Amino acid sequence: MAYQFDFIPVLQNADLLLRGALFTLELTAIGTLLGVSVGIVGAIVRAWKIQPFSALFGVYVELIRNTPFLVQLFFIFFGLPSLGLQISEWQAAVLAMVINLGAYSTEIIRAGVQAIPRGQLEASAALAMTRLETFRYVVLVPALGKVWPALSSQIIIVMLGSAVCSQIATEELSFAANFIQSRNFRAFETYIITTLIYLFMALMIRQLLGWIGRRYIARNS
Amino acid sequence: MDFTLWDIVRNLLTGLQWTLALSLVAFIGGGVIGLIVMTLRISETSAFRTLARCYIELFQGTPLLMQLFLVFFGVALMGVDISPWVAALLALTLFTSAYLAEIWRGCVESISNGQWEASASLALTPFEQLRYVILPQALRIAVAPTVGFSVQVVKGTAVTSIIGFTELTKTGGMLANATFQPFMVYGFVALGYFLLCYPLSLSARYLERRLHASA
Amino acid sequence: MPLLRISALHKYYGDHHVLKGIDLSVEEGQVVAIIGRSGSGKSTLLRTLNGLESINDGVIEVDGEYLDAARADLRSLRQKVGMVFQQFNLFPHLTVGENVMLAPQVVKKVSRAEATKLAKEMLERVGLGEKFDAFPDRLSGGQQQRVAIARALAMSPKVLLCDEITSALDPELVNEVLSVVRALAKDGMTLIMVTHEMRFAREVGDKLVFMHQGKVHEVGDPRELMANPKTPELANFIGSVEQV
Repeated sequence: MAYQFDFIPVLQNADLLLRGALFTLELTAIGTLLGVSVGIVGAIVRAWKIQPFSALFGVYVELIRNTPFLVQLFFIFFGLPSLGLQISEWQAAVLAMVINLGAYSTEIIRAGVQAIPRGQLEASAALAMTRLETFRYVVLVPALGKVWPALSSQIIIVMLGSAVCSQIATEELSFAANFIQSRNFRAFETYIITTLIYLFMALMIRQLLGWIGRRYIARNS
Repeated sequence: MDFTLWDIVRNLLTGLQWTLALSLVAFIGGGVIGLIVMTLRISETSAFRTLARCYIELFQGTPLLMQLFLVFFGVALMGVDISPWVAALLALTLFTSAYLAEIWRGCVESISNGQWEASASLALTPFEQLRYVILPQALRIAVAPTVGFSVQVVKGTAVTSIIGFTELTKTGGMLANATFQPFMVYGFVALGYFLLCYPLSLSARYLERRLHASA
Repeated sequence: MPLLRISALHKYYGDHHVLKGIDLSVEEGQVVAIIGRSGSGKSTLLRTLNGLESINDGVIEVDGEYLDAARADLRSLRQKVGMVFQQFNLFPHLTVGENVMLAPQVVKKVSRAEATKLAKEMLERVGLGEKFDAFPDRLSGGQQQRVAIARALAMSPKVLLCDEITSALDPELVNEVLSVVRALAKDGMTLIMVTHEMRFAREVGDKLVFMHQGKVHEVGDPRELMANPKTPELANFIGSVEQV
C-alpha cells in the first residue's frame, strides 16, 4: 500500500518549529556579528603580518578550515568541560560558530584588504592618516565590498551548518524537528517542513545581506 | 574495560577509512551527476536551466543534515530498507553534485563567447562545442576549485555520523563515551580530518597559483 | 543562379530593429565587401549568414540550404559557410594543427591521418606549414588570423565570411592577412567581408555593399561606387574613412 502523507501532525507543532527557527536565527546573528569581528581583526593581523599574531591566526585558520564543524562543536562541548571549563549548550553552539566563521572570514576579508590598490594607502598616508585610521576609514568598507558575496555565502553556510547543534541539545530548529518526529512518528513530513523553513531562512538572509551590502557596504556598485 | 592509547588510535583509523571511502565515492558520484546538472544549467532550453537552478538552490540552501534525514527516512517510506552507509552515500553524492555543478558552471561561463561562436561556425553541434572546445579549457580552470571543494566533501562526511554511519566522528563519539577522555579523543578525531583535508587545501592553493602564473 | 540569396531579411534585438529588410545576392566566386558605420547592422548581417544570429523574418538561401525564422539546419548550413572572426577565436588548448583538424574530424568524421594531411595543406596555403605543432599563444596576431582562415578552409566552405578580420591587428600585420585573402579571391573563393580596408575593397572586391541604419543603402561596383557615390550618406562615409 502506498504511503499516505500526513502533514497535520507536523503543522500542529508549528509553534515549536517557529521557536526553533527563531533560535537558529538568534544563534546565527550573534555568531555572525562576533565571527565577522574576529575575521576583521584576523584580516588586519594577517594582511599587516603582525607577528606573532599573524602566525597564530594562520594556524587557527588552517585548523578550523580543515576540520568539520561538528567535530569542533563536540570538542568544545565535550572536551572543554574535561578541562574544568563548564559551558552550556547554546554557549557551545555560539562559540563554535564564532570560531568557525572567524576563521573563514579572516581569509575572505584578508583577500578583500589585499585587493585594495596601493594608491589608496599612499593617498591616505599623504593626508597624514595613521595606519589604523587608514584601515578604518579607507580600507575596511571597500575591502568588505569586494568580498561581500563570498562573506554572505559563508554566513549562510554557518546558519545551515548550525543544524548539527541539535546533537548537543541546543534547542534550535533541527532540535525541534527531532523532538516533533520522535513524538508523531512522521519523520519524513517533519523534515520536509523543516528543510523548507531552512531554505526560506537562507533565502531571506541572502536578501537581507544583499540589501545591507547595497545600502551600506558597496554603495557605488 | 580499559583502552590503551593504541586501542583508541586503531579504532579511529578504522573509522578514518570509512570517512575516506565515503568521501571518495561521493566525490566521484557527485562529479558525474554534477556534470549532468551543469550541462542542464547552461542548456539552451529554459525549462532545463530552471530545473537545474532549483536543484542547486535546494542543495545549497538547506542543511546537509536535513538532506541526510530526508534521504534516510524518504527511502524507508518507499518500503526499501536502507543502511546508513547507502543513505549517507546517496545524500552526500547529491549534495556534492549541486556544488560541483555550480563551480563548473562558473568555469564554463568564464570561457569567452568567441570560443562558442568559432566552434559553432565550424558546424559543431552545441554538445560537440562543449565536449571538444569549452570543457577542455574549463577543466584547466576548474581543477583548483574542484580540489578545494573536495575538502568540503570530506568534512561533510562527519554529519553522516548523526544517522549512525560509523565513520571517524561516530567512532570518536563512541570512544569518548567509553574512555571518558573526550578532549583527547576529539583532538585525535580533528587531527584525522586535518590530515585528510590539509594536503587537499594545500594542493588547491598550489594549483590556483600555478594557473594564475601561467595565465 | 546566385550562390547565396538573402530576401527581405529582418532582425530585431528586443524592440530594436537592426536589419530592416535586406535583399542581396552573391554569385559564385564573387568578393563582396560590406562597409558602413558601427551600428549600421553590417556585422549582424554577416552573422545571420552563419546562423550565429537568428532572424525574425525573411529567407537566406546558400547553395540549396534554406534558412528562415522558423527552420534552420545549422549543421549543414555551417558546413557550407565558413567564418573568420575579428578576435581570431583560435582554441587555445589545441595546437595550430589540431585547431584545423578538429572540425573535419568531429563533423565530417574524417580519419586522423586524412585530417592531418588536410590541415598541413591548409596551413601551407596560408604560409604557416611550419607552425603545425605550435600553440596559438606563441603566434603573432597576423599568424593567428591566418590559422583561423586555414581552420575555416579545412571544411571546404562554399562561402567564407570575414568579420573585420584585420581590425584587431597591429598595422604592420594587416598586410600578411590581406594577401592571404587576396590569394583566396584569385583562386575563386566566394568571400563576404565586413571591412574597413577601403583600398583593399576597391582592389579585390567585385561588389560593394554600403549599409546604413539597418538597410542596404547603396550597392554596386566598388570602384564605381567609391568614385561616384549616389547618396550623401555614402559620400560622407567615404570622406570620413579616407581621412584616417
